[in-house]
Amino acid sequence: MKFASEFRDPALAKALLAEIAKLADQIGASKEKPVHIMEICGGHTHSIFRYGLDKLIHEGVEFIHGPGCPVCVLPRARVDECIEIAQKDGVIFCTFGDAMRVPGSKLSLLQAKAEGADVRMVYSPLDALEIARRNPAREVVFFGLGFETTTPSTALAIQAAAREGLTNFSVFCNHITVPEPIKALLDDPHMCLDGFIGPGHVSMVIGIHPYDFIAQDYGKPIVVAGFEPTDLLQSVLMVLRQIAEGVARVENQYARVVPEHGNKVSIAAMADVYEKRPSFEWRGLGEIDASGLRIREAYRAFDAEEKFAIGYAGVRAVVEEAEGCACGAVMTGRMKPPACPQFGKGCTPEMPLGALMVSSEGACAAYWQYGGARAAE
Amino acid sequence: MCLGIPGQIVEITDPARMAAMAEVSGVRREVNVACVAEGPLEGLIGQWALIHVGFAMSLIDEEEAAKTLDALRDLGEAQEALEQMAAGDAALEGRA
Repeated sequence: MKFASEFRDPALAKALLAEIAKLADQIGASKEKPVHIMEICGGHTHSIFRYGLDKLIHEGVEFIHGPGCPVCVLPRARVDECIEIAQKDGVIFCTFGDAMRVPGSKLSLLQAKAEGADVRMVYSPLDALEIARRNPAREVVFFGLGFETTTPSTALAIQAAAREGLTNFSVFCNHITVPEPIKALLDDPHMCLDGFIGPGHVSMVIGIHPYDFIAQDYGKPIVVAGFEPTDLLQSVLMVLRQIAEGVARVENQYARVVPEHGNKVSIAAMADVYEKRPSFEWRGLGEIDASGLRIREAYRAFDAEEKFAIGYAGVRAVVEEAEGCACGAVMTGRMKPPACPQFGKGCTPEMPLGALMVSSEGACAAYWQYGGARAAE
Repeated sequence: MCLGIPGQIVEITDPARMAAMAEVSGVRREVNVACVAEGPLEGLIGQWALIHVGFAMSLIDEEEAAKTLDALRDLGEAQEALEQMAAGDAALEGRA
């Protein structure tokens, strides 16, 4: 690690690491008995690996990589359903680029495109809306994917389509929410988590109070964090301080971007367009109660599940995950990526077997991308 | 897609649709400002915002914008966002 050149503020990073080490010793954290801190967000996972924070930090602090990468928790069956929609006559299927290479049970969207489906990578649901305006004779479907950071964008796009009376635009809604899987992980007797680094940009939308249950009901500290390495170190320090004091609170290290009560326009748009599903399937975690969103009755005309009788509105195929794929174990922190027998062999970023290898926010891709640089050090 | 990228709002392009032009790392891109519009839209001109998938989601100050952009460049996420914007433009023409 080229400490001075890698960090914009190396003196601050060093001071934070020293303070973390002092506190870790004080609470008796060691390599054998580490404090387990889960960073929920895949962006944080990426940042931790990019800066080698897991190596720089006191050996008594262990990062557990959370389920906060929407592409990574997408079951193969959802990808299959996307492809089924995309292959229908007259459909233009629009998706964020991140989802293009996620393997389904037979194809990825990228492969379906190569086989002739009109799959288009867009930057924004607004692009899909514009494609619908320009192609009135085609059915334009947007793959609504992501946590609360992207959910407002599809909600606002659906509201715009309704206002304009567009009849050829719909959203295949696979939006998911952060608090419910965290609750599921806390209820899992195999998980031993001592605290959380909370997602920054999700919290910018929903505020910090949806995490109150983590502190109040489960007695675990959570600190909402920014993406710079010193933000993450500062947040780890704040978690450790709570542990040392024997308290559990929701704290906001990223207050310069995250308002306590979130973004009210976004929250109102999400509430207007979406409602909770009874349960939703996550790769590696299974069905989790109330963890996914669906489009409300009032906006049914824009719901691709209804339009094409697919997904939760159709007959859902049971699709097993790929043989030998240990994404589930990695995602629940039971296995580190290099321990997976497929890691770097049957599963690489170029030919991913599991979704954790696809996205730069996936723990496996992060290990792979930055592992080589480490080996050379 | 999950990390926002800072952009500076330079022009209101369609008030009815809450559309504005933002400059992101030297690239101009139309964005929706519904989530950050509290007063008259003209008041947004010159302001910095974190932009997520085409929506300005949070107003930030210039220093925060610069620091965030640096962090995103380090992670390779800034380049990725710009490539996705270009892909979105191409998709409108059916070229993506």
